[in-house]
Amino acid sequence: MSSATQSLRRGRPARRRGPVRPAWVEQPKAATTVAKAIALAAVVLLVTVPFLIIVSTSFASNAEVVANGGWVLWPQHPTLRAYRELFAGGIVTHALWVSAGVTVIGTAASLACTIGLAYALSRRDVFGGKPILLLILFTFLFPPGMIPGFLLIKGLHLLDSYGALVAPVLINVFNLIVLRGFFQSVPEELYEAARLDGAGEWLILRRIVLPLSKAALAVVGLFYAVSYWNAWFYASIYLDSGHWPLQQVLRTYVVGGSQLADSAAGDAGAVAAPQTIQMAVLVVATVPILLVYPFLQKYFTKGVLTGAIKS
Amino acid sequence: MAIAERDATGRAGAAGASGADGRAGRTGRGTRLKRLRRDWVLLALMAPGVAYFLVFHYGALAGNVIAFKDYVPFDGLWASQWVGLDNFRTMFGDPDFWSAVLNTVWIALLQLVFFFPVPIALAMLLHSLTRDSVRRFVQSVAYLPHFLSWVIVVAVFQQVLGETGLLNNVLGDAHLHTVNIIGNPTAFKPLVIAEVIWKDCGWGTIIFLAALTQVDEQQYEAAAIDGAGPWRRFWHITLPSVRPIIVLLLIMRLGDILSVGFEQMLLQRASVGADAAEVIDTFVYYKGLVGGDYGYAAAAGLFKGVVGAALVFAANKIAHRLGEQGVYR
Repeated sequence: MSSATQSLRRGRPARRRGPVRPAWVEQPKAATTVAKAIALAAVVLLVTVPFLIIVSTSFASNAEVVANGGWVLWPQHPTLRAYRELFAGGIVTHALWVSAGVTVIGTAASLACTIGLAYALSRRDVFGGKPILLLILFTFLFPPGMIPGFLLIKGLHLLDSYGALVAPVLINVFNLIVLRGFFQSVPEELYEAARLDGAGEWLILRRIVLPLSKAALAVVGLFYAVSYWNAWFYASIYLDSGHWPLQQVLRTYVVGGSQLADSAAGDAGAVAAPQTIQMAVLVVATVPILLVYPFLQKYFTKGVLTGAIKS
Repeated sequence: MAIAERDATGRAGAAGASGADGRAGRTGRGTRLKRLRRDWVLLALMAPGVAYFLVFHYGALAGNVIAFKDYVPFDGLWASQWVGLDNFRTMFGDPDFWSAVLNTVWIALLQLVFFFPVPIALAMLLHSLTRDSVRRFVQSVAYLPHFLSWVIVVAVFQQVLGETGLLNNVLGDAHLHTVNIIGNPTAFKPLVIAEVIWKDCGWGTIIFLAALTQVDEQQYEAAAIDGAGPWRRFWHITLPSVRPIIVLLLIMRLGDILSVGFEQMLLQRASVGADAAEVIDTFVYYKGLVGGDYGYAAAAGLFKGVVGAALVFAANKIAHRLGEQGVYR
């Protein structure tokens, strides 16, 4: 008896360690499993391999890059030379500061305005709530267009100011709807209790609604931060090259193919191969996204889903 | 007097509470002035946001009048001459414009055929995995490119597929023919689709995965017990469960058929030329912001806005005819 159970156990070790498969599901065919594994591996490799190679190349030495025809899979003698040159005070260093500043200030401004509007619109009976909501949703259907937008910024004398990177994209309608949905899901009893205790709207927002919506605020804040960090088009039309953020620098020197090595190298002396410098810029532009990505991922499914369902 | 007033504000507060929870009856709704006084904090909170929409959306929207003017920067927007529909007449006779429209629609249709189904397939693949850890890992990796800027995506593609890129390096080492993908007008449209798939096919699965997890597991079990194999369960349960979302996204895509990734196109137009890569948005950009012909460019932009909005209406109508939910009622 006991030997029988033992052999049974030995016969199906994978089953015990593996996932719980309901009894009614057929055992998958080997071919299906292999096909699935190949498809999944392809997805993972297609995303990760280009980045591995870009990171590797950015750390490689000149000699190695030349010997390999421009590409290095795994640097034998990793060096930080390309990064040292980038951070020696040239264009890239400046652009990095611009990007960081616009991202931080822009995200704060966007969050503040979005919270205020979303909270007010989450109260059904608020004065003017319905027409204002319609007014906002209409902008979704009919965006104003590039040329009028440009002439407006010009007319407001925002050309060559960092405000031109924030003002036209201050509130994202999708983010607004997500936040409004979250605020609406706060139980009405909490409002009533707070009001009985004499709390005004401002206090209710600060002490009750915001603390309860931390997940949504995190998602929306990160969405804003990512979009400010990634933006380059407005910088390209509104700002001169001395004010450019990192993505626009990346666009000009890596995508556009201008020589970065001469102009961006500070006074670091030796000039690294342009290829390693270009890859280093790419890495520097990507790393902040990779850093916030885990936080983004932790919250976004929830936030995006509520938004999608509500709208 | 004082008592009466307090009573009125008290009632107004109660009305606000009952309104806020969404019940239709708004008994005791105050006069305009009372509601204004009651809501002044909320109004102050929404003021910056409303001002933003009024200035940067409606203010800019009003700027579209230059489509009907011969805009001269020196004269400014209001002093420039009215020219009626001249800009539109020029536009409809401009072969460059029609080439841009054709490219736009062509790329949008290619995306519909070759990109649109990919997230659906990937979502179903992910949903079929029984091992949660594997599914979550693949999801994390696949979502990532969505958060990278188009600059980075285009740069990565250049570095991998470019003339001196990774692929050609590998091909060269293996003594095979090298391929010319980047900067090649004939390869441009497939390249664009590949970039979109790389960037957004993972992210696109989210909404389908959400629909798939909504399906009651018992439906599958009942079908299996009734003798339905994996394929029939897929056909009769899995597919119908995502159908409303597929229709919804198709409608939104059709309504949006006149815009295909402006940033993506703009970044690559220089390397392949206008014939392959000019879309309506880049046409507006090059005519207006680069060429300085603001009135003409605004006319093209306005054309796109009006036709786009009409397409959304039409697509929504069709969806209702087909008995689907559509975007709005």
